[in-house]
Amino acid sequence: MKRLAKTVALTLLKIVVVFYTIFPFYWAIVSSFKSGAALFSVDFFPAIDLTNYRDLLTNGNFLRNILNSAIVAVSVVTLSLIFAITSAYALGKMKFRGRGIVLAGILGASMFPQIVVLSGLFGTIRWLGLYNSLGSLVLSYMIFSLPFTVWVMTSFIRQIPAELEDAARMDGCSTWAMIWQIYFPLLAPALASTGLLAFIASWNEFLFALTFTLSDTVRTVPVGLALISGSSRFELPFGTIMAASVIVTVPLILLVLIFQRRIVSGLTAGAVK
Amino acid sequence: MADLSLSNVRKAFGALNVLHGIDLKIEDGEFVVFVGPSGCGKSTLLRAIAGLEDISGGDIRIGGEIVNHVPPAERQIAMVFQSYALYPHMDVYTNMAFGLKFAKIPKDEIDRRVRKAASILKLDAVLDRKPGALSGGQRQRVAIGRAIVRQPKAFLFDEPLSNLDAALRVNTRIEIAKLHRELGATMIYVTHDQVEAMTLADKIVVLNAGRIEQVGTPLDLYHAPANLFVAGFIGSPAMNLMEARVSAVADGNMKLSVGEQHISLPYSGAPVAPGATVTVGIRPEHWIPGDGPSVKIEGTVDLVEHLGETSIVYLRLADGQMITVRYPGDIFCTAGDRFVADAPAAAVHLFDAAGQAMLGRRSGPAYGILGQEFRAR
Repeated sequence: MKRLAKTVALTLLKIVVVFYTIFPFYWAIVSSFKSGAALFSVDFFPAIDLTNYRDLLTNGNFLRNILNSAIVAVSVVTLSLIFAITSAYALGKMKFRGRGIVLAGILGASMFPQIVVLSGLFGTIRWLGLYNSLGSLVLSYMIFSLPFTVWVMTSFIRQIPAELEDAARMDGCSTWAMIWQIYFPLLAPALASTGLLAFIASWNEFLFALTFTLSDTVRTVPVGLALISGSSRFELPFGTIMAASVIVTVPLILLVLIFQRRIVSGLTAGAVK
Repeated sequence: MADLSLSNVRKAFGALNVLHGIDLKIEDGEFVVFVGPSGCGKSTLLRAIAGLEDISGGDIRIGGEIVNHVPPAERQIAMVFQSYALYPHMDVYTNMAFGLKFAKIPKDEIDRRVRKAASILKLDAVLDRKPGALSGGQRQRVAIGRAIVRQPKAFLFDEPLSNLDAALRVNTRIEIAKLHRELGATMIYVTHDQVEAMTLADKIVVLNAGRIEQVGTPLDLYHAPANLFVAGFIGSPAMNLMEARVSAVADGNMKLSVGEQHISLPYSGAPVAPGATVTVGIRPEHWIPGDGPSVKIEGTVDLVEHLGETSIVYLRLADGQMITVRYPGDIFCTAGDRFVADAPAAAVHLFDAAGQAMLGRRSGPAYGILGQEFRAR
């Protein structure tokens, strides 16, 4: 009897948690099938109407925006991971004066809110001639993705026993080969999880994207989404916006599902002895 | 295959000197064991030979060639690490082939060498497994296989057995000894375990605080320790070391007092002034009464341990010094009994105040006499 009560209570709790986390997303999907006045009626199971999706994909710059976001996010992740693994090797495995200061500096840099660096960064980007180009976004996102990836990689690389590197050196491995043939495969699970987080951050970023781009063709998805407008200035096309949100979220969910197994296996495997 | 020589090799980490001028010659095909307490510099010396540590001074020669600045992979030596240091993401085959790939050895030659090593080490069945799926003993063999395929001039082992359990350790020790006989390669082996050192070595190098204390065959070190450190380090239970005062030296005899007791030894070494402090050393297993001149020490039994094949008696002398006596078989005495320990004079070691051996003993005679004593019983 007591066990039954416990099971029931636990199940109820689970339902509440699932409802709490899933419902907003469910409501977005539901709204994306509706348009006009229907948006304001409460209807949990509307007919599936893909008009909003068709409109989005055929008109305007939405596809272009998705492509831009993908280019920016993939570039940020690739560059961050290349820089992170090489600097993590230096910071985690080599001894040099000022190593602690460099690490503290990297951490410190990531503590500033975006808005603080915005104006200075804007000037830098104008000076570099990157204004209104995707390069400006790659550059600015890396300011925030690198400290995080470098820190995580450094702590992971430190856990790899030094004897492994000695063995590789006895085998004639150069430093470059060591990083890519020994450390890179061993750090793959950590790379997958940090890469994923960097990807999500770049994919969803709004403030820099709004500030550093001007024309529709270089906008990324979050800005493009925010600037979707209706037929008149008094109409906010919720249905279309929701459809766009769903399309934008799906790649992230897929990525998490693909890498999830990798991340979990990375946490449990990797022992040397 | 090649000989190795170290001359005045020094190593300092900042202001801390770890090796103070090591001179050592290792012959081609010799099995040399570096042994010493932790922190004595034995691993550092091995890593210096491997090229993993730069030396601060002196020369390392492999096959007559100075290799001080040659990178590890080009010294043509192979190393087996304590933690095995296998590449966890590669299967056994790739682990063994990894170094050969960098040495630009043709693929079919790599394949031939890896398969040959695998068959020597009985690893054929697990070539496609990752290290994580192997037992401790198998991992150890893969680590050795990775060294064999390189066909090195010398093998270096850094405490290779310390991660194995006791039974496996004995087996692997025997396998390493066999491997040395089959390959005839020069091997340098670091350990803190004196049983490994005694059983494997052609030559033992005893290190302490960055200096070589003594170099010799296992029996040399056992029977003729050059100083107090080696005397106390080699042998288990450790040698009894008693403080004594020289009372007189005359007619080839030295009279000594240990506490209130007087003993007398044949002595023909350098002159010693009466009143000098010396250390008398007698191994626990050498307290075997014999016919010749002997040394007798009396004490009270503190504790007796019966191990079946031997009995160990802990004696307390009148002045508080402790003596361990190991008798073959059973001995019937209990705590509180008076006990006279009796050892042949030939088994006695004598060290001066600086800790250096005074009797210039060789392993042969002492061993011979004691061997006869055992046979006579």
